Amino acid sequence: MSMKDNYDAVIIGGGHNGLVCASYLAKAGRKVLVLEANDQLGGAAPGCAHIINQLNGAVANDLELTKHGLKYTDTNLATIALGEGGEHLKIEGTRVSALNGAALSEEDRVSFNKMMRSLHKFSNLLGPVWGKKPPRLKNQDLEDKITLGKLGLSIRMLGKRDMQDFLRIALMNAADLVEDAVENKLLQGAIAVDSVWGTHLAPRSPGTVLSLFYRLSGAINGRQGALALPAGGMGAVVDALVAAAASNGVDIRTGAAVEQILVENDRACGVQLAGGEIITANLVISNADPKRTFLNLLGARHLDAGFVRRISKTRTNGNTARLTLKLNSLPEFTGLARSDLKNRLLIAPDILYLEEAFNQAKYGEFSNQPAMEIVFPEGAEPTLSALVQYAPYHLKGGWTDEARTAFLEKALDQLDRYAPGIRDHIRESELLTPADIEARYHITGGHWHHVEMQIDQMLMMRPVHGSAQYQTPMPGLYLCGAGAHPGGSVTGAPGMNAAKRILAMEA
Amino acid sequence: MKKYDAIVVGAGHNGLVTACYLAKSGLDVLVVEKHDYIGGAAVSLELYDGWKYSNCSYVCSLFRPEISRDLELYKYGLQVIPYGGGGVLMENGDHLAALSDHDAARQEIARHSKKDSEAYDRYSANLMRQCKFIKPLLMRTAPDPTSFKPRDLQELLYLGKRFHGLSEPEMYEMARFWTMSVVEFLDEYFESDVMKAWIAGTGIIGTALGPCSPGTAYVLLHHYMGEVDGNIGAWGFARGGMGSITKALADCLKDKGGEIRAGSGVENILVKNGRAVGVALENGDEFYSDTIISGMDVKRTFLKTMETKHLPDDFVRQVKRFKIRGSSGKLNIALDGLPEFPQLPEGSQVTRGDFHFTDSVERMERAYDDWKRGTWSKDPYLDVLIPTQIDPTMAPEGKHYMTVFVQYAPYDLADGEVWDDKNREAFAESTISLISKYSPNFRDLILHKEVRTPLDIEEKAGLTEGNIFQGELTFDQLLFNRPVPGYAQYRSPVKGLYMCGSSTHPGGGVMGAPGANAAREILRDMGAGRQTGRQAA
Repeated sequence: MSMKDNYDAVIIGGGHNGLVCASYLAKAGRKVLVLEANDQLGGAAPGCAHIINQLNGAVANDLELTKHGLKYTDTNLATIALGEGGEHLKIEGTRVSALNGAALSEEDRVSFNKMMRSLHKFSNLLGPVWGKKPPRLKNQDLEDKITLGKLGLSIRMLGKRDMQDFLRIALMNAADLVEDAVENKLLQGAIAVDSVWGTHLAPRSPGTVLSLFYRLSGAINGRQGALALPAGGMGAVVDALVAAAASNGVDIRTGAAVEQILVENDRACGVQLAGGEIITANLVISNADPKRTFLNLLGARHLDAGFVRRISKTRTNGNTARLTLKLNSLPEFTGLARSDLKNRLLIAPDILYLEEAFNQAKYGEFSNQPAMEIVFPEGAEPTLSALVQYAPYHLKGGWTDEARTAFLEKALDQLDRYAPGIRDHIRESELLTPADIEARYHITGGHWHHVEMQIDQMLMMRPVHGSAQYQTPMPGLYLCGAGAHPGGSVTGAPGMNAAKRILAMEA
Repeated sequence: MKKYDAIVVGAGHNGLVTACYLAKSGLDVLVVEKHDYIGGAAVSLELYDGWKYSNCSYVCSLFRPEISRDLELYKYGLQVIPYGGGGVLMENGDHLAALSDHDAARQEIARHSKKDSEAYDRYSANLMRQCKFIKPLLMRTAPDPTSFKPRDLQELLYLGKRFHGLSEPEMYEMARFWTMSVVEFLDEYFESDVMKAWIAGTGIIGTALGPCSPGTAYVLLHHYMGEVDGNIGAWGFARGGMGSITKALADCLKDKGGEIRAGSGVENILVKNGRAVGVALENGDEFYSDTIISGMDVKRTFLKTMETKHLPDDFVRQVKRFKIRGSSGKLNIALDGLPEFPQLPEGSQVTRGDFHFTDSVERMERAYDDWKRGTWSKDPYLDVLIPTQIDPTMAPEGKHYMTVFVQYAPYDLADGEVWDDKNREAFAESTISLISKYSPNFRDLILHKEVRTPLDIEEKAGLTEGNIFQGELTFDQLLFNRPVPGYAQYRSPVKGLYMCGSSTHPGGGVMGAPGANAAREILRDMGAGRQTGRQAA
């Protein structure tokens, strides 16, 4: 089947950002084809994520995701920080309470509330920046100036005290912030762990507060920093995105792996699939990670040496594994009722625990005592889904089957401490290490966020300067994935921003 | 009772710089010092007969040349001798020598990696660019971004303009450089572990961060900004030890009519009706002035030397929060002769400069992990110098003085341990045994050693928690955040009370910039051109 000259744009990768980008372009009247290598759409969204907390509000509205079937079973998921012996803490938004007589002082309770309120306030400032193309530092266009001006103004509007606080903590480490605010070790661990998910950082690493801002900058139904569970799991979010794309007239092909981006007269002009089939289009938009896009699909020969060096030096090694346990029946967690399992559970007893877990990862070992985020998604059968950190992509000796099993056992050991006998409930287990994520979802390094989310790889430096506003040095080639601004997680923002940029550039 | 125009608390290098500038403007200045010697952490002390120990700070480079010129320190005997050499002794018997000759340096690096030798020029050029950008900011007062005062806006504009003078890619490179870890930064250039380890050490010295922690590239820069005789990045010894710098400053001060009283520390900064009015010493003496300037770190100044009731609660809270963690210790050793390092070829220059034994970034990072756990590094990063090879005035003929900077050592030990003699000795032993691995005759040459844990540094040099920079150099504590947002311009909430120590912008190191900047702000408050008391000499 030949589709020669049929498409305005061909999008490489049917992950959530690719689908979002496609919908926006199609809505604007462009003829768009999405190519997905796997048989399943959605990319790593269902594979890596299990909670929705940062889905961009504009994306959800513009694409009418509710109409297309996106529903939540819970839009304000509470968090339970698991303590030894059933003495847990329950966190609901900005409030924390003790379960089963856990020690929690009144000062900590008040101070936690105060800290979370200001974190929400500060995160809220950054929200608008994530939904725009990242402003350049020089040679700004009007939009850049407006984005920067609005950010500057909103920081100014904070008032002197808050502005000082914001400027002080923005690049700080989470451990110092948290230790300054509260004394309860379990509470410290719970906040700190939310600042390191998906990163190669521990709470004591500077920059983790920014990562916390990013996480909290989302809103569900107008509630800042809220967590939501989609009805039917993450697959349902993808279904809604696919339905939106289809209703806008996007063509989608699965099982169509792109092997090469084609260039003619110094311009991207289409792609070649694994079987040799050639699809031409005016524009090629890559939802693949930047290393894969530039180094594998396009090829360094089309780029200048400095750019290639910058791309190849971006930090893209994943550190987070995803665990799925199919269960015969729900396990008993010490000190928790069955109904508590609809919350998010955290295993992050204190900051030192997280630091020790990270220390091993620095030297290419997996954590003997990993940190975990656990949810029990709604589905046909009882299932436990967990993020398990840290699991470095470059494991010494590689991610062999033995290594994966050994790490799985470590994770189960941790679960067993809080849910004794959980092993007896397990019918089937699956652990996706970064190496598995790379193999399955074609993400270089198996990194959730494609490119590590640290300040030097964010904003107009994401993925690298010279390719930060969705454009690339190759005319006709654009980026729309998590490796572009604002970054990872199921936000849809890179896809939306890229589409808007493309429509402005290629009008 | 006589009233001074200004009283400076602490005769460390910054306090003396401030005092000198004020005296030079004709003010009647008194410096009070707790110890019976002056110099603070820039001293040469004879702790063992015939030896002079630079027992705190030990090399010279960061001291701002503008200050030496303004105060004519060379006239007062300051002599800085540049040194070359240095390098890393590796576990596998090899070594990496730092060489000042460009071609030789590249050849030496190429022995370890050809690629690295090619990247070396690129690396040096980039670092130099960053230095050139930041250097002029050292001697300026950081603007307050929350203020609408013309002066702050003007300064912000100046910064903005400077920044905009860069090309767009340069801006991004700079923004990245300021925020990344030293290892990530070096990874962009080098592949050999020893090369990275050699440079990365500079990114962690005095810092409670590991080489993989974001923000350490800036610390590297902070140490790189110095110059000796206009050679940026060069290091030197002050002839006669680091005390020569403060001695020259003291002589300069006396020459300009200033007064120094050593031997009794300030017990209390006197405040009346919200104004600083004087100081009360431990020996009962009181001295009065409308302008009191503290060279001590902020915690010591505001939490220990005055009653907090004179300060806004919020300010006190912020001072308490200021991070001033001890992360390093030191050994000062008198040697009967020059230790041998058999793995170095004859005539090697490695031990003539600063040399290390940490040959991989991983070892350095593991040393940091020990700190995080609340114990000193079992395989520490050492910065070793034997200055007597170049400056023979520091030890008797044929004998030598060795300074060993040890990273990491925490101020608070975990598991209920404290810094007692047993732990101090164990800490020293981890260092000595590491050096002995490379120098079989080293241990036998030791005539005397002084061991300084962070606790010792706090008690003897007066630096809270033994932090050599009077506060960590992390983003939340730089520029307009140093030491406390809203009070980053050398003034404090108490009228007439100023800060001039390394707790203020631009931070630690024997740099003198905080002292000079503070003097400028004080003179400004007094009214430009005002001449009080004696005329300048």
